[in-house]
Amino acid sequence: MKKWLNFSATVWLGLSTHKLRSFLTMLGIIIGVASVITLMSIGRGTTAQILSNIQSMGANLITIRPGASFGPGGVRGAGGSTRTLTMEDATAIAEQVPYISAVASSSSSNLQLVVGGENTNSQVTGVTPEYMQVNNLEIANGAFFTEYDYQRGAKVAVLGSNVAETLFKGADPIGQQMRMGSIIVRVVGVLESKGGGFNSSDDAVLIPLTALQQAVAQTRSAQGERVVSSIALTVSDEKQADYVVEEITSLLRTRHRLAASADDDFSIMSMEELVSTVQQISGTLTLLLGAIAAISLLVGGVGVMNIMLVSVLERTREIGIRKALGARERDIWGQFLIEAACLTFAGGIIGVGAGWVVSHFVSSMTQMPTLVTADIVILAVSVSIGIGLFFGFYPAWNASRLNPIEALRSE
Amino acid sequence: MIQLQDITKVYPMGKRELTVLKGITLNIEQGELVAVMGPSGSGKTTLLNLIGCLDTPTSGSYYLEDREVSRLSSGELAKIRAQKVGFIFQTFNLLSRLTALANVELGMTYAGGVDRQRAIEALAKVGLSERVKHRPVELSGGEQQRVAIARALVKTPSLFLADEPTGQLDSRSGAEVISILTSLHAEQGITLLLVTHDANIAHHCQRIIHLKDGEIVAEEGA
Repeated sequence: MKKWLNFSATVWLGLSTHKLRSFLTMLGIIIGVASVITLMSIGRGTTAQILSNIQSMGANLITIRPGASFGPGGVRGAGGSTRTLTMEDATAIAEQVPYISAVASSSSSNLQLVVGGENTNSQVTGVTPEYMQVNNLEIANGAFFTEYDYQRGAKVAVLGSNVAETLFKGADPIGQQMRMGSIIVRVVGVLESKGGGFNSSDDAVLIPLTALQQAVAQTRSAQGERVVSSIALTVSDEKQADYVVEEITSLLRTRHRLAASADDDFSIMSMEELVSTVQQISGTLTLLLGAIAAISLLVGGVGVMNIMLVSVLERTREIGIRKALGARERDIWGQFLIEAACLTFAGGIIGVGAGWVVSHFVSSMTQMPTLVTADIVILAVSVSIGIGLFFGFYPAWNASRLNPIEALRSE
Repeated sequence: MIQLQDITKVYPMGKRELTVLKGITLNIEQGELVAVMGPSGSGKTTLLNLIGCLDTPTSGSYYLEDREVSRLSSGELAKIRAQKVGFIFQTFNLLSRLTALANVELGMTYAGGVDRQRAIEALAKVGLSERVKHRPVELSGGEQQRVAIARALVKTPSLFLADEPTGQLDSRSGAEVISILTSLHAEQGITLLLVTHDANIAHHCQRIIHLKDGEIVAEEGA
């Protein structure tokens, strides 16, 4: 214990002699650690937000898209580009598969929207009335279109809150008319905002699927059925989700007349799968961000090595004196190594604080969510100690190998 | 206590070799006070470094307290320096960032651990009780050398080696330093090897060894 107190006094002495220099050396590590913390907290925060958005869409949601599967198994085909999913598939699923509470088909198309002088291009989604229930949407203003509107192909639209704001600039959009491609629609409702981010309903423009089919030419499948771009459904009992997926798969394979050896020409994704996909992708992204920031940490480490080499040179005489007093090579080695590690450890701690402040600043300035988690902090601090040990190794070894007689003679 | 047998030391100097010590044979008993004299370049300091285990001889054997030490590893030599040898240098070699007390404590750091009370006592023995918290720059040359003596003294080594301890001091503080060293010898029976140019100082010693061109040319006393 006494020995350690003494040792830390030695180390403190080494570092405190050149306070400014020690601080500047630490600054490299501080900036490195702070950027690791900031970038990784942005990555983590964004992931958390995307996941909560997915949750808000409904945990029991299952989505079917045409084309080969996507998801954790890897991309095998361009999902959505083929015309294999139809209205008739949706009807069959609703009628034949158990544990399903609602089925909604939708089809999207890029159309020009014109309101007064405003002119934008937007993705318009034609949906069935069940869409609102299936996707867990709420109406903030006005009403969603009715089954009757759907049956007669009424030219009405429900807007996401962002779209309503962009097009109508704060004026009440309910009852207003807008041009959508070749047709004129009347706005009947505005959706409750769910927060920005991934595939947000705030950016949606919803019209009855029957109305969309008037605005753009209806595509038909080989069997003459009406093609849709996705079918969403909710399961009444979440525990049966896997069973429902199996049932839908076999039903659609039969309907599409696929041979036993053929791959599915559609893909089914449950929320569970989507969550794991998002976690995988964003985990990689966060790691990548951290790795980029770690480069600056590495540069900081080179700075530490540089300063330690200078310090060893300057303190050659001290090393000679210590050796004459009986310091072994490993005493000298340990002294300089611990000095370097203390420098980077202190830098790491300050860097964590700075990174935390910066990431809070970033999230308050840009609405970008950030999340500083304990594992990032522990990682950053231990990496900074490791950098001290790694880059301090050579200078410390240099110091320990000095010949005491020559060291004593140096000025 | 010290037995040197036919010790040589050769330094490589570029392509040539420089022979600094040419077959030194010397015995020093426990409790002796020995002066080593000789002109510059006669190998006094090299001899002292060898005896103090800072350096190893090129050939010959060296027994310190009946143990052959000339072929030991650097770690074992460091251990001997830590426990048995107290160096006193011409240039004091104190750490300027440390107080007198901390410099004395540094002497114990590698010799088993710091004991503040003993460090204070050692400073009192060299008459520096009032200067404990001063840094070397705040001390006179004589005081600095006394701190260095206290640093050597505090670990109770069996051998004191002083390399021109008065070389950078005025005659009065030089005399003080010498009187401290001789009284330590008289009271505690320490073994002291003293390199000096000054014949007056050498005559305080029981035995004077004259070195020239790496050889012992004359011995007085004993």
